[in-house]
Amino acid sequence: MSGEALVFWIFAGLTLGSAFVVVLSRTLIYSAFALLVTFFGVAGLYVLLGADFLAATQLLVYVGGILVLLLFGVMLTHRIYDLDLRSETTQLGSGLIVAAGLFVVLTAVALKTEWPGLARMPAPTTAAIGRLFLREYLLPFEAASVLLLVALMGAAMIVRRRRSA
Amino acid sequence: MIGLQHYLVLSAGLFALGMLGLLTRRNAVNVLMSIELILNSANVNLVAFSRYASGNLSGQLFAVFVIVVAAAEVAVALAIVLTLYRLRRTPNLDDASILKG
Repeated sequence: MSGEALVFWIFAGLTLGSAFVVVLSRTLIYSAFALLVTFFGVAGLYVLLGADFLAATQLLVYVGGILVLLLFGVMLTHRIYDLDLRSETTQLGSGLIVAAGLFVVLTAVALKTEWPGLARMPAPTTAAIGRLFLREYLLPFEAASVLLLVALMGAAMIVRRRRSA
Repeated sequence: MIGLQHYLVLSAGLFALGMLGLLTRRNAVNVLMSIELILNSANVNLVAFSRYASGNLSGQLFAVFVIVVAAAEVAVALAIVLTLYRLRRTPNLDDASILKG
């Protein structure tokens, strides 16, 4: 087994194992911390795929931003003295059938299709991504920044306590 | 030798797990975590195609956009969950039936 394969299997096991915990754990805070491991595993896979900029972004935005936000969500929507932070599960049987069917179909498509083999050699990507953002993809880039601004302002407006009008 | 299909199967597994969580959890924050799993699986796909099947960086750019949209989505969704909790004192999605006639 080559070194690349070994690293791939380690990160794949880390990602999928912690994703299992996220989905099936009965304690909400365990799910949140397992999600941390999942994000780290995906960042490792990005490094393995030669996407260095994306791996750093994954760590900064997901682990540093989204996960902290989710932890705030966990803590603010449960009374803290209520230590029993359970998350109930419904319709486990039908949900399992749908998810397993989806997995089988996606795997069959991935394995049966002839993919074009245009491999790109791993190289530093940050400068190239920056150039693409400011030339070919300038309009989507600006649209994304406006979207982010509007969404954050909207979020602040929604949670604001309204005066009784 | 690790190839494109390894990553595709891995992301299919991640997607299926996210879908399972989306369908079976009742807690709104937990549903949000499942959505994050699904978005991450799509990102793994995009980056894997960018590495093995396209020869350029467009997939990685798409993945950056997905991350941006995910950040916006989580902010707005958590705001809605907090407001709902303030209104109903429960994070359970089944109890959020105010709009039902």
